[in-house]
Amino acid sequence: MSPVSRRTFLAAAGGTALVLGVVPGFRRLRVLTGEAAEIEREAGRLNAFVSIDASGKVTLVTHRAEMGQGAYSVVPQMLAEELEVDYATVEIVVAEGDSARYGSQITGGSSTVRGSLTQLLVAGATARDLLVRAAAQRWGVPPAECRAERGTVVHPASTRRAGYGELVADAARLEPAPKVPLKPRARYTVIGKSLPRRDLPAKVNGSAVFGLDFRLPGMQFAVVERSPRFVGRVKRFDATASLKVPGVTKVVKVERDVFGHRREGVAVVATNTWAAIQGRRALEVEWDDGDAPAVDTETLYARMREAVRSPGNHFRSQGAASVALERATDVLDVTYETPYQAHACMEPLNCVAHVTADSAEIWGPIQGPDWVRGHLADALGLPLEKVRVHMTFLGGGFGRKAFTDWTHEAAMVSKAVGGPVQVVWTREDDLTQGPFRPGMVYRCRGAVANGRVLAFEGTMAGQNMNAQEPGSDPRAFNRDVVEGIHEGWFDAIGHWRFGDAPLEAPIPVMWWRSVYSSTNAFAYESFVDELAAKAGVDPFTFRRRHLRDARVTALLDRLAQVSGWDGRAKGQGYGLALTHCFGSSAGHVVKVRRAGSGVAIERVWSVIDCGLAVNPDGVKAQVEGSVVMALAAACTHEMTFAGGVAAKRNFDAYRLPLLRDVPPIEVHVLESEHPPGGAGEPGLPGVAPALCNAIADLAGTRIRRLPFDLARI
Amino acid sequence: MPTTLTVNGRRVRVDAAPDTPLLWVLRDALGMTGTKYGCGIAQCGACTVHLDGAPVRSCALPLSAVGNGAVTTIEVLHQDRRGKALQEAWIAHQVPQCGYCQSGFLMAATDLLTRTPVPTDADMDAALTNLCRCGTQPRMKAAIREAASRLHDAAGRREP
Repeated sequence: MSPVSRRTFLAAAGGTALVLGVVPGFRRLRVLTGEAAEIEREAGRLNAFVSIDASGKVTLVTHRAEMGQGAYSVVPQMLAEELEVDYATVEIVVAEGDSARYGSQITGGSSTVRGSLTQLLVAGATARDLLVRAAAQRWGVPPAECRAERGTVVHPASTRRAGYGELVADAARLEPAPKVPLKPRARYTVIGKSLPRRDLPAKVNGSAVFGLDFRLPGMQFAVVERSPRFVGRVKRFDATASLKVPGVTKVVKVERDVFGHRREGVAVVATNTWAAIQGRRALEVEWDDGDAPAVDTETLYARMREAVRSPGNHFRSQGAASVALERATDVLDVTYETPYQAHACMEPLNCVAHVTADSAEIWGPIQGPDWVRGHLADALGLPLEKVRVHMTFLGGGFGRKAFTDWTHEAAMVSKAVGGPVQVVWTREDDLTQGPFRPGMVYRCRGAVANGRVLAFEGTMAGQNMNAQEPGSDPRAFNRDVVEGIHEGWFDAIGHWRFGDAPLEAPIPVMWWRSVYSSTNAFAYESFVDELAAKAGVDPFTFRRRHLRDARVTALLDRLAQVSGWDGRAKGQGYGLALTHCFGSSAGHVVKVRRAGSGVAIERVWSVIDCGLAVNPDGVKAQVEGSVVMALAAACTHEMTFAGGVAAKRNFDAYRLPLLRDVPPIEVHVLESEHPPGGAGEPGLPGVAPALCNAIADLAGTRIRRLPFDLARI
Repeated sequence: MPTTLTVNGRRVRVDAAPDTPLLWVLRDALGMTGTKYGCGIAQCGACTVHLDGAPVRSCALPLSAVGNGAVTTIEVLHQDRRGKALQEAWIAHQVPQCGYCQSGFLMAATDLLTRTPVPTDADMDAALTNLCRCGTQPRMKAAIREAASRLHDAAGRREP
């Protein structure tokens, strides 16, 4: 599987291809025939499309990035189900950024499967129907007597067969059926199977091309010195010493746009990466921070702790929580705190840009190529069609590579140099420049009566990542205040209120795997456990009592069964949490035991209900990865700020888990009749609260601030 | 400054400053991009290669220290029977997610199997100090066990 350019693919398709596309607006399919140039012109109006050439080769344009979630396998897997071809033979063409053609291309929100399944099933079924009808016509038999299998149409009664390639010319002359019936799920033979990923051979032999591995002839390398306090302008710089470093060719001031704010830097360009790094070491830059405050972690959290003393913006409520809590005799009133986090993808940010006077071309580990294209067209003053954006493999993304700032900066460097340049972010750049997951403080107040939650009030303080653009109201509601909470809680509790108290700070923040769910869940699912303890009710029973939905019950039953919850004794170190986000529910049980003066994690059991699991092993891998990332976020990771500067600069201070830190993780994927939900993020939020609930069960110690040290409990 | 070194059995001439880390020599001067940059301070192991058969973190190894040593990279790992067995087990267990750190892990795991043909979990924990952000560690352990067991069986067949 080697992604080829769209142009090459269309040329190969020639005049005899069957090209099926989905028009923007979705569902209407078109068949194209004719010369390659004509097809290309027409295909410009089509969305993700499928082509079958005269040799029978199937080509599928995928507009989603491959960032570790298996997109290049699961996307053809979905097409293969109705098209009746081997998913491994489907050639993948990675789309360029083009929202007019593909709609939103953002690989985020756990959307690769749930955002494309119907589209790919319809495309596959429509193409197959055309091929079957073409064969039936040729043989003079009713189409109903023919069937498709493995790239061939067969007529069992007469044992006649014809490959798709032999049929495409005829099929392309037929009118596509407006609506081809799709298989019932019970007849799926491809979807629901744990088919192996097609990108892995290239990922075990070093041949996979990530952004940092992309090369152009004559390409130079650059690193950029950026304002350590994010907002600083370049007052002056002295490049004399830099330019004396052998290999350094140019030093130039650059900028990038971060949420509408101009950020400045000085780029050192060289013939190789090391020379650029050395040249940057020799560079002198003086920054002007204007009147921006130099924030510290302590002052930020002090402000948030203060902010949650008042109820904050009202977001959503039912009944009269404050009245109920005033009247209650025993109110639990606690705060939970979560740290700022870096994305820390193993592949640091990087981008190859080649900008000329009237065009720009970009290659890199990009989650949102259509956004990059729009941003660069604006920033460079070029018409959209003169900007081309290509996605390489992504060495991790987790939300960071969905943003566009770093591609903008690379384009500025290339423009200044007048040739192709790869801008490399060092690990220090990648960890310290953000945007970060915002640090949060939650205040939870609640009371129980008759073994149930009587009232629940949640207030969150922290930066609002949706209100960072100039002119946006920093005091605006943060609508993500309840993200991650199972909707059933809102029906089950009589009195509740949720609000937020936005924090203004000059730290860029943004999506980090599972977004606000990742911090909300720690507060709310820890608090539910505290309320259960107050009510004297088992944590499973407590949740079952409130969440009566059949899907939740099935999930909890499975989780109790696989973790052996009912056979355990209280105090043995078992903890539970349950969350819902990005269309899927996930529950975790964590088991801890005493280890010296702290605790060790013995095992994690996870059950996910993501509706239809197109590739169950792929879902499992995503949940395993979510558990590992969440454990590190709970026990280790914290980005701190001192004097306005991010203080953890590399992996010696921002430590990722080692092999020995990762406990056995047992993931179960529920079979379900429901449509697919997300898989990449929903497995993350419940891990930290399940762990802290387990520690409370074992040691009676309630952890309300992350991260914490497992070795000291 | 022109220097000659041995990479994957071939003598190659590169023009690079003597303090240039081997990582950047491989990637920028020789165009061998299978070895990855992750941290530059020998913490993450994404840049792991073998020097005279032992794993080294090439981001912190200056060209001047390579001398006449034989450098082996991920690009030829399949030529080593342990490396090949690990690559196959990695696919059988569907280990990689994003895949960026996997070259370094495979180089380190190959060294582990060379020194300890049937490693315990504790051996793996001690030997593999590379970093992975996607959370593929549990599958790596399973894959190493399988590769070790296959190699052990194959060795048994050769020497009955």
